Amino acid sequence: MILSETPILKVEHLTVRYGDGCSQCQTHLEKNRCTACGSIWAASDVSLEVYPGEVLGIVGESGSGKSTLMQSLYFDIEPTSGQAFLRDYRGGAQSIWETSSAEKRDIKNCVMGMVYQNPVMGLRMDYSAAANIAEKLIAAGHRDAGKMTGRVTELLDAVEILVSRMGEAPRHFSGGMQQRVQISKALANNPALLLLDEVTTGLDLSVQAKVLDLIRKIKARYGISILLVSHDLAVIRMLADRTIVMLDGRIVESGLTDQILEDPQHAYTQQLVHSLL
Amino acid sequence: MNPNYNFAFLDEGSKREIRRATLKAVAIPGYQVPFGSRELPIGRGWGTGGIQLTLSLIGPDDVLKVIDQGSDESVNAVNIKKFVALCTDVKTTTHTREATLIQTRHRIPEVPMTNDQILVLQVPIPEPLRVVETREELTKRMHAEKDYAPMWLQLYESLIRYGRVTISTEYPCMVEDRYLLNPSPIPRFDTPKLYDAECLYLFGAGREKKIYAIPPHTKVSPLAFDDVPFQRETFPGKRCRLCGSADTYLDEMFDSATGERFYQCSDTSYCQEMRAR
Amino acid sequence: MAYVAVSGGKEAIEASIRLLDWYRGGTTLDLELEAIEKKLSLLVDRVMGEAGLYSPAYAALALKQCEGSVEEAVFLLRAYRSTLTRHYYTTAVETDAMRAVRRISAAFKDIVGGQMLGATYDYTHRLIDFGVGGESAQALYRRMQALLAVQSPEPVTPCPRVSDELKREGLIDILPENDEAPFDVTENLLEFPAPRSARLQTLARADTGFLSGLAYSALRGFGMVHPTVGELRTGYVELCVPYLFDSTQSIYIGEILMTEVECLTEADDQGKLKLALGYGAVFGRNENKAIAMAVVDRELSHKGDYPAQNEEFVLTHGDSLEMNGFLSHLKLPHYVTFQSKLDAVRKTRRERR
Repeated sequence: MILSETPILKVEHLTVRYGDGCSQCQTHLEKNRCTACGSIWAASDVSLEVYPGEVLGIVGESGSGKSTLMQSLYFDIEPTSGQAFLRDYRGGAQSIWETSSAEKRDIKNCVMGMVYQNPVMGLRMDYSAAANIAEKLIAAGHRDAGKMTGRVTELLDAVEILVSRMGEAPRHFSGGMQQRVQISKALANNPALLLLDEVTTGLDLSVQAKVLDLIRKIKARYGISILLVSHDLAVIRMLADRTIVMLDGRIVESGLTDQILEDPQHAYTQQLVHSLL
Repeated sequence: MNPNYNFAFLDEGSKREIRRATLKAVAIPGYQVPFGSRELPIGRGWGTGGIQLTLSLIGPDDVLKVIDQGSDESVNAVNIKKFVALCTDVKTTTHTREATLIQTRHRIPEVPMTNDQILVLQVPIPEPLRVVETREELTKRMHAEKDYAPMWLQLYESLIRYGRVTISTEYPCMVEDRYLLNPSPIPRFDTPKLYDAECLYLFGAGREKKIYAIPPHTKVSPLAFDDVPFQRETFPGKRCRLCGSADTYLDEMFDSATGERFYQCSDTSYCQEMRAR
Repeated sequence: MAYVAVSGGKEAIEASIRLLDWYRGGTTLDLELEAIEKKLSLLVDRVMGEAGLYSPAYAALALKQCEGSVEEAVFLLRAYRSTLTRHYYTTAVETDAMRAVRRISAAFKDIVGGQMLGATYDYTHRLIDFGVGGESAQALYRRMQALLAVQSPEPVTPCPRVSDELKREGLIDILPENDEAPFDVTENLLEFPAPRSARLQTLARADTGFLSGLAYSALRGFGMVHPTVGELRTGYVELCVPYLFDSTQSIYIGEILMTEVECLTEADDQGKLKLALGYGAVFGRNENKAIAMAVVDRELSHKGDYPAQNEEFVLTHGDSLEMNGFLSHLKLPHYVTFQSKLDAVRKTRRERR
């Protein structure tokens, strides 16, 4: 990872507000809610960069804005203001939030891959695992069934799922396996950036460890950039090169993961780190 | 002809409106044009779309043929012919070559039609994407953005589960590489007849209120992966009991007395002509 | 007699139609049109409502023609509509000025203008009256005419609406007047999201059973909170058409009997609550359908996952002609398509790639 390269992703001043806002919002915030008008500032002025080949961790509790950030990036919600640029989409010349719905589909298919905490969000539970992955290939324009099945086999192999299970529907898989299908689906078109949103939360500890290990292997094998969101600092510590700490919709601290763990500056970060040890 | 009704039942304004919708459909092959479908004395779901097309196009010099399941004598065909006779004085025929206007349910005649003939097909569900998306609001957008990935996904899933594409009738086709079209419940046997034809194909869905068209010499390709060619129904080793044909679509029947299984041409007038030779 | 034979289809249909006479011809007694119209008025009201055509005489005729089948009668009226030229559009009907024959509110014990129970089956005991069979139509008619003879007509005082009072209190939003021409569902394909005029037309013409079932599901939890009938009024409203040569004038062409319901539910108002209105209106006296319409109108204004809140689901599947036409079309021959399906099924069992 070289910090002087062009970032894969650059987010500038992302703000997501629910409610109309008022003149007193900035001074009357209680956590992320304005006491004067009731508006919720789910994300306020969030800016960050992800560099080629690095894992950027985002840590915070619920309400911190980390999910809002992910949902905005994957077009599941529309930001109130802000811009985001992907190096691999038009060379970063246009904010992804100013694109048409067809262009957004292209970005989701070919430039970014997303893995949701809840597999129901990312998978068609009643289609076979193979069809789930092939869906991405089809969306990218592939039309040779045999070749697609070949690629599906490769991807299932990469996430350590038995190829013999490719015809089964994810509804019948364990939680860990469902996450691995999601990961293989996200990787289908060799995206430049992988978004992982609390992907191990809710899994058994041993299963968690396996999935995290897999993510590490994938990072090593594909050199892909990863935006990793978790409320669990242990997960962040295991995978992230740099980390951002979010609280009440804002970034309160950021830096190399090791530095943050060793020498947290913000009171909230200190709290997190202390509870980890 | 019953003097209480206008020629061809519908008032002239309605006929003109339907023709305008038809012209738009011809100008944009495969695109479903919404129209103000009128209620007729024949049930919704019983061919009112096709009938409205026929009524708005028919003139005193036309020669009309109506078939259902390929037969001129089928109850539905007889019923429709009776209704049209009630409100026009138009000559009818069972000979495909003699007709100027042919209304059909579920089959395209075996005899290739000429450039001065129109085939009107009755359509129950005009939307090819309905099997993968129930909402009209979304399917409309999918057509606008040429987003047909979910349909390809169906095909792929079928290959994974059964080793073959199992769509039987209403096989989805790409028209001029732009719109996905539902060719109505004709068997796959008839689907290739749509490609580069001499005649005009018009499709009417009365209940769903859509008209679409395939003008002469249009490229109509059944959806198929590059390595899995489109396949028609086959009747290996079977022949028509009456005329001996081995290359027409056959009806499988059971002798009402002996229960013995036999086959007969679905296109009854074609079969008769073969026998007459 | 063959059903789908290679020949004989024409004769089969003709014989089938003649056979219907068997069902209608089982008695020497006649079914007078006036009797149907006047003594089965609730049935006539339902047919007119689902057909979207106000003509008690033709509804009675249609019912006689098809053995009292609501779906067939609605079909006949709708088809007849298609041959009629539409000469005029009435001005908006002022239901405020309704000459009410029944008017109640479940929301308040007493209301301005009073609670007028009117004629209703609501409080009858549903005990079969075996004496009805021996009833004398003449005697009943004479009795009713005698009652009328001793009364003198009173001027009509239109009642203000219950909801007007609540609007004055600020509990119900007052919406700006919208004089836009309504969307006409009989002449255009309904697209989604649908304008409210299209929604209300579609609900007014919907099959009574379908609409009632949806409303019932909403009341039982597949929807929002329990609504309250703010007002139900049944009565006569005037129909006027604009005068051709002076659009500020209009010509009265007659009156129709209709029922109108406003139902109220609590709704979110950004940290507070307000009351929101659902509206229902039907020809004649089919009160439950008007109530169901008002309930579903409210549900559709509130997006959610329940069937009654799903606009496309509700508005696409309630039309009697489309519903019954498509269901009955399953009786048509489908052997060509079935053969194709057999081919697909058989092939998966024979060959595997």
